[in-house]
Amino acid sequence: MIVGEQKPVAEIWEMVKGYRRIIIFGCNACVAVCHAGGAKQAEILASLLRMKAVQEGIEMNVEFSACERQCEPEFIMLHAETLKSQDLVLSIACGAGVNLVSALIHDIPIFPGLNTEFYGAVPQAGVFEEVCSGCGDCILHLTGGICPIVRCSKSLLNGPCGGTNKGKCEISPEVDCAWYLIVERMKKLGTLEKLFEIQPPKNWATATHGGPRRVVIEYIVKSEEAEEKKVKGG
Amino acid sequence: MKSGSNLERVIQSGQPAVTAELGPPMSAASDEVVRKAHVLKGFCDAANVTDCQTAVVRMSSIAAAVIALREGLEPVMQMTCRDRNRIAMQSDLLGAAALGLKNCLCIAGDHQKFGAAGKLKGHPGAKNVYDVDTIQLVGILKKMRDEGFQEGGDKVDVPPKFFIGATWTPLGDPVDFRPYNLKKKADAGADFIQTQGIYDMELFESQMEKARNLGIHEKTAILVGIIVPKSVMMLNYMNATVAGVSVPQQLIERMNRVKESAGDDKQQAKQIQEEEGIKITVELIQKALNIPGVKGVHIQAIEGETLIERIVKKAGLYPRPCT
Repeated sequence: MIVGEQKPVAEIWEMVKGYRRIIIFGCNACVAVCHAGGAKQAEILASLLRMKAVQEGIEMNVEFSACERQCEPEFIMLHAETLKSQDLVLSIACGAGVNLVSALIHDIPIFPGLNTEFYGAVPQAGVFEEVCSGCGDCILHLTGGICPIVRCSKSLLNGPCGGTNKGKCEISPEVDCAWYLIVERMKKLGTLEKLFEIQPPKNWATATHGGPRRVVIEYIVKSEEAEEKKVKGG
Repeated sequence: MKSGSNLERVIQSGQPAVTAELGPPMSAASDEVVRKAHVLKGFCDAANVTDCQTAVVRMSSIAAAVIALREGLEPVMQMTCRDRNRIAMQSDLLGAAALGLKNCLCIAGDHQKFGAAGKLKGHPGAKNVYDVDTIQLVGILKKMRDEGFQEGGDKVDVPPKFFIGATWTPLGDPVDFRPYNLKKKADAGADFIQTQGIYDMELFESQMEKARNLGIHEKTAILVGIIVPKSVMMLNYMNATVAGVSVPQQLIERMNRVKESAGDDKQQAKQIQEEEGIKITVELIQKALNIPGVKGVHIQAIEGETLIERIVKKAGLYPRPCT
């Protein structure tokens, strides 16, 4: 799931203070799970901004709303009229939401109320961890199901660096050394010899280094288009 | 000869090799590099010129290495994977070779969050690169040198002829993987290896035995890292915090006795601890050179280049063979 954290209210205030009619627009998917950008957080943030406006003596009307998934147009468009009647939309969805709302609602600015951080696992309630960076070329079968691209601070592909200290990374005693975990797990699985092979330089073009990424599933696109024609022709 | 470097010649001659370290300044002061080069010249076969060690901006390794070379000291330029992608790396390697550099040590580089272990500001907010890792960088250097091709496949008409180095942390976690890590570096094409500083020679010997059983010592020249200890405080600090460094208790106690013998005289305590540190260094060098498969030593006197002359002479490693 996508993990985000709300920006500090002071920072949000600096962004929004010049606008009179504002709507906080939440998303009830991932960012609601991490208690950052759901309907409830939209309501709380709206109250905080109203209070701040009163304190500052600024006349400001702050509404709030939320949709099921801000990463898909059909859910956003249910709120289109409400959004368009404002001076500013403060989206507290992930960055995908902010981008998509900006693409759909043309005449008013859409600002981010969240810092979108990563997509991650939830090993326990309230804990979110980055364990995959979506590099587009998975090698987890070679590394015991533990990703060195994102869990090793240096993205090393051929084993640990010299900075492993008591199983922890040199950047912090709080961070596990991914290669320590990989070696221990491969030993347990009896597959350590897989690590003896040299991994060649990685092709990063499948990650963000090859420009913006896009996946198109042709048959879905085509069947949607055919459906539309039928409706229009119908 | 792969590179024709002095270091390669000494290693090929079968005599124990000695490398030292030259830390470039945090400024454009070329005279500081010149001064350090003169202090080291004649007392080592080559000196590593570090590449923004501990992720702190210093004069570039290549530039400082060329200054040292002009003064008659053979440098080992260092290249970290932290700051350059494969395009910049290969471009710099071509340039460095064109300027006359012949040794290159490939290292991952301390993470930028490390910032001189908190002693300096550094640049913890910097974006790192890590396009390739050390083993891949070794492979790139070898491919350019021996096959005349860039990593991407384009031809290199005049290949850079480097003597290729890599590092080894034999006592770091996960310790049973470390000999295989070393083997990968040798297989990738490392001609020489410099280890992390070793104080526990017995533990190191057991790792060397494993390396020998894998035949690594015949593929690459292993130089044992020796960090000159200056005080009991330094030994304790390294033992507690430096990754892959384990200091035997008896060595700490030995240095502590020396320190206490000076009583309240701090100046005296500093001086006699330094003297003891030189003695310890010489003993470690001799022990290291007696281990089968070891081809030399890499002596690191952190901000203490002036000590190298005395250490090398006391260890019976002077004069150096080919300088």
